[in-house]
Amino acid sequence: MGYKEILNIALADDDIDDRMLFKEAIEEIGIKTKLSLFNNGQELMDYLNLPNIILPNLIFLDLNMPIKNGMQCLKEIRMNPNLKEISIAIYSTSSSEKDIENTFVNGANIYLNKPNNFSKLQESVERVLHLDWQYHTSNLNKDNFLFRL
Amino acid sequence: MAILKEQLNKLAIPHIVHGPGEVEIKKQLLPKEIDELSRNLNTYGIEILEEQKTVLVQRIKNAIEEMLQEDPSQVLKISSYLSDKLNYSYTYLSNLFSETTYTSIENYIILKKVDRAKELMTKTSLSLTEIAFHLNYSSVAHLSGQFKKTTGLTPTTFQKIVEKRKDNNQNLA
Repeated sequence: MGYKEILNIALADDDIDDRMLFKEAIEEIGIKTKLSLFNNGQELMDYLNLPNIILPNLIFLDLNMPIKNGMQCLKEIRMNPNLKEISIAIYSTSSSEKDIENTFVNGANIYLNKPNNFSKLQESVERVLHLDWQYHTSNLNKDNFLFRL
Repeated sequence: MAILKEQLNKLAIPHIVHGPGEVEIKKQLLPKEIDELSRNLNTYGIEILEEQKTVLVQRIKNAIEEMLQEDPSQVLKISSYLSDKLNYSYTYLSNLFSETTYTSIENYIILKKVDRAKELMTKTSLSLTEIAFHLNYSSVAHLSGQFKKTTGLTPTTFQKIVEKRKDNNQNLA
């Protein structure tokens, strides 16, 4: 398996502490990853629209961000055919049923509530990566890629 | 074996020969080195075992797929089904699978069954009871429980989201 593959991951989150914790968590997981961090949705979208970049396999999106929020990014990503292969995990403190349903309806694959401790975060991020990996390797129907963790 | 030794020496890869068919490589190979080694060996018709493992894992997945597509209710025990079909002990298959795929055979089957249930929920008019029966769950409650535990959503919520997504996509188109 995957000794050649490095999983490209992006996180857009305006909170610097959350970004750093996430980085630390993902580095300790036994999967080779390359993480790109963005301070808000606009930075992420500007990056995704650059020519000749290696697109991320998986994007973690915070919902509440200044300039461009996660929901706007999600809609833009899902409307762009070039980006349709990217899996999207919403990474938010909100556990409002309405937010959850709305993001799924607009094309999110995973809804992850920000865990309140580090080991839980690590466990959740690992689960997201494993799930995503299964969807890339195991002939599962991507249209039905919907998980709430 | 002589060819393998020659190729390993050529790439200056430290190794110990443990006997016919077994060589221990004394360092973590870089992807570049693995590629080169694998390419060189291929010209002699030798494949790296890693790839045989990948092939076997794929055969396990195919066998599971086949079982789920056909009639899961006919399969009494997954362990004997797989070991009969693939001619390896279940312990071997199960260890190989876990070390290669980030999940166990058991969890993989659950994920596939839930995926199949999703498929049947969205593409057929079968009721949950019928789907549960078809996928060899002892009851609807068992299916719903496993569905919720695996996806974090109840089957009903899942169906509602898929419906709304369809409407949403139509409105956008």
